[in-house]
Amino acid sequence: MNKPISFVSDYWRYVLTGGTKFYSWMGFLAVLSAIALYGFYLQNTEGLIVTGLTSQIHDGLYYANLVFLVGVAAGAVTIVFPAYIYHNEAMHKVSVLGEMLAISAVVMVMLFVFAHMGRPDRLWHMFPFVGIFNMPGSMLAWDVLVLNGYLMLNFACGFYYLFAKYSGTEVNKKIFMPLIYISIVWALSIHTVTAFLVATMPARPMWHHSMMPIRFIVTAFAAGPCLIILIFRIIRSNTKFWIEDAAINLLSVIVTWCLGLALFLSLSEVVIELYARTEHANGLYYLMFGLHGLTNLVPWFWGSLTAMLIAFAMFLTPSIRTNQKLLPISCVLAFGGIWVEKGMGLIVPGFIPVPSAK
Amino acid sequence: MPSSKSFALCRHLFVLENDLNPNEDRATTPCGGKSCQCATPAASAEPVLPEVKPSRRGFLKAGGAALSVSSLMGTAALMAKSDDVKATVEWAEHFQSNYRLMTDAEKAEARARLEKRYSAQYSKKVTVDGTEAAAGVLMGYALNIKKCIGCRRCVKACVEENNQSRGEKPGERIEWIQVLRMERGEFSKDKMNQGYPEGLGIQVGGNAYTPTGAVLEGQYHYEPEAVPEKDANYMPIACMQCEKPPCVKVCPVRTTYREADGPVVIDYNWCIGCRMCMSACPYWARRMNVTTPVLPKEDMNPVTHYLGNRPRMRGVVEKCHWCLQRTRQGRYPACVEVCPVGARKFGNLLDPASEVSQILARKNVFRLKAELNTFPKFLYFYD
Repeated sequence: MNKPISFVSDYWRYVLTGGTKFYSWMGFLAVLSAIALYGFYLQNTEGLIVTGLTSQIHDGLYYANLVFLVGVAAGAVTIVFPAYIYHNEAMHKVSVLGEMLAISAVVMVMLFVFAHMGRPDRLWHMFPFVGIFNMPGSMLAWDVLVLNGYLMLNFACGFYYLFAKYSGTEVNKKIFMPLIYISIVWALSIHTVTAFLVATMPARPMWHHSMMPIRFIVTAFAAGPCLIILIFRIIRSNTKFWIEDAAINLLSVIVTWCLGLALFLSLSEVVIELYARTEHANGLYYLMFGLHGLTNLVPWFWGSLTAMLIAFAMFLTPSIRTNQKLLPISCVLAFGGIWVEKGMGLIVPGFIPVPSAK
Repeated sequence: MPSSKSFALCRHLFVLENDLNPNEDRATTPCGGKSCQCATPAASAEPVLPEVKPSRRGFLKAGGAALSVSSLMGTAALMAKSDDVKATVEWAEHFQSNYRLMTDAEKAEARARLEKRYSAQYSKKVTVDGTEAAAGVLMGYALNIKKCIGCRRCVKACVEENNQSRGEKPGERIEWIQVLRMERGEFSKDKMNQGYPEGLGIQVGGNAYTPTGAVLEGQYHYEPEAVPEKDANYMPIACMQCEKPPCVKVCPVRTTYREADGPVVIDYNWCIGCRMCMSACPYWARRMNVTTPVLPKEDMNPVTHYLGNRPRMRGVVEKCHWCLQRTRQGRYPACVEVCPVGARKFGNLLDPASEVSQILARKNVFRLKAELNTFPKFLYFYD
C-alpha cells in the first residue's frame, strides 16, 4: 500500500543526491535557469521587445528552436522502438532513458512556447470549457494536444517501468505494451503535427510543401540519437550505469540511415527549387548565395551542409562508426549541422523575403 | 445617425480643398467633403449603449456561460477589495469571456469597464462603442492602383485614427498600411547580348531580371524628396479582410474572427499573443505589440470601438479593421477620407448603387494573391 509513496520519496532522494560533479552541473543549470527566469520577467514587464529582434526574425528563430526541440523529443523513440518492437536486449536496458529524455524535451518545448507568448497570463483562454480550444481548425491546438499526450504517455511508461523495477514486480504487459505501441506512433505524430503547423501556411511558400513532415522526422531521427549517444557516453563514463556498445552501435546505424535520407531530401529541395528558380525559391537562394546583397546566412548554410556531409561520410564508414573515440565527433557534427539547418536554413528564410523587411 | 446604415450615403469622389491638411479636423469632418449629402454622425462621442434585451435564449445562455464568468468577476472584484477603481476594473478585465460569446449585458459591462479605465488613463472622456454589424451590409474596399502617388497620407491618418503605437524605436512604431514602392524597371540595349549560357545560344536574356511589374517585391522604406517619383509606382497593402481568412483558421483561441458585415476583427482582451495569425497572413497585415504601446494622452483618439481602434495592450496582435468605429456609423475609413487623389473607395458590396459595386461592375478589378483562395474584399482596380 505504501509502495507508491516510498517510491516517490526514494525517487526524489535518489535524483537529488550525487557527487561533486553532479552538484556542480546542477548548480550550473540552476544559474542558467535563474538567468532565463529573469529574462522571462523582463519579457513580461517590458514586452517581447527585450529579445532585441524584429518580430520577423524573432519568430523565425522561435519556430526553429521549437521544431528542433520537438525533434529531440521525437528522437527518443529511436531507443524505444528497437527495444520493444525488435526486442533488442541492449536497447531494452536503456529504454527508460529514452522516455526520460522525451519527457524533458517535451517539457522544454512547452516552456519554450509559453515563454514566447505575448500574454502568458491568458494561457487559460486555451483551456477547453473555461476558454476556447479551436480544435479542428487550429494546427497549434493540435500541436498542444499531441505534445501533452506524448508527455503523459512517456510519463506513464517511464515511471511505471521504474516503479515495477523498484517494487521488484513484473510490468503488467497488458497495460504496458499497448501504451508503448501508442507512444511509438505518437512520437511520429508530434513531429508530423509540428511540421503541419508550419507547412499549412501558403503565406510562407518555402514551408508550404508536403515534404516537410518526413523531412522533420528524418532530421529528428538523426539529431535525436546523436544527442542520445553523447548522453549515453557521459552516463557511461560517470556513473555505474553501464550502457552496452551494442546499444550505441544500433543508434549509430539509425543516425546513418536518417542522416542519409535527410541529405537526400535537402538536395532534392535544392534541385526542385533552384531548377525553376521562381520567386518562391528566394528563401533558399538567399541561404545559398545571398539575395539583394544580403549574405549573412550564406556561411551558415554551407557550414551546416559541410558538417552534415562529413558526419554522413564518417557514419557511413563502419570502422569510423564503431570507433568509440571518433563517434562523438561525428555526432557533434551531425547534431550541430541539423540544428543550424533547421534554425537558419528552414525557418528564418521562410520569413525573409518580405517587402517590409529592412 | 443614418437610419439605414448603408454605405451609399456618400457619393462624392473626393474633395480637394480638404486634402492639403488632411489631419486637421479629420474627426469633425466625416466624409471629408463639405458638399456631402450624408448626415453627419455625432462621431459616436456619446455612444448609446445597446439596450439590454433579456431574451429567453440569452437568459439561458447566461445561465451557462455567464454564471461562471460573471460570478468569477464578482468574486474577483470582491477579492481585490480595493478602493482603487482602476485596479478593480483591470482585475475584472482579466476574467472576462471572449467578446463574441458574451451576452449583450456582458458586452455592455465590458465596454463600460474599458471606458472607465481609458478615461482615467488618458485623462479625457473616452467612449468605447459596440455597434454591431448591420443587416444587409457587406463592406468592401477598392483601390485605384493607377492613381496612387505614394504619399502615405493614408498611413499617417490610419495611425492617428486608430491609436497605434508611435514610438521611435523599432517595435514601438506600428503601421497597418504599407505602401510598397515598385521600380518600373528598364530594358536596355546594352544588355541585349548579355545573358547566359553563352556559346550554346542564350536561353536567359540579359534583360531577364529587370523588376518590371514585380508585385510584393517592393521597397517599404523609401524617402523621396517628392512623390510621385518618375521611376516608381506604388502598391499600398493592408489587411485584405478576406472572406476566407487564413488568420482566423489558425487562431488557437478564436480571438480573431470574421464579423457579419465582413471585416476580420480581434478581441484584444482575448488574444494570447501566439502570433500564428501573423505567420499565416499572406499579406503581412498583422502587427504585434512587442512592448507597451506608446500613445501620448494628447494624441489619443477618444472615439473608439471595442473591436476597432480602442487602445491595445502589450503582447497582443492588431491590424486594420476598416475603421469600425467610423464605418459602423456610416462614415468612411480614415484612409479613404484622407487620400488626396481619391484612389481609395469604400462601400457596401450588397448595394448596387455604392461606389465599390459600381467599380466592380465597370472597372478592371483584381485581387492580390488570388491564387491563395483567400478571397479578399479589398480589391485593386485601374481605369
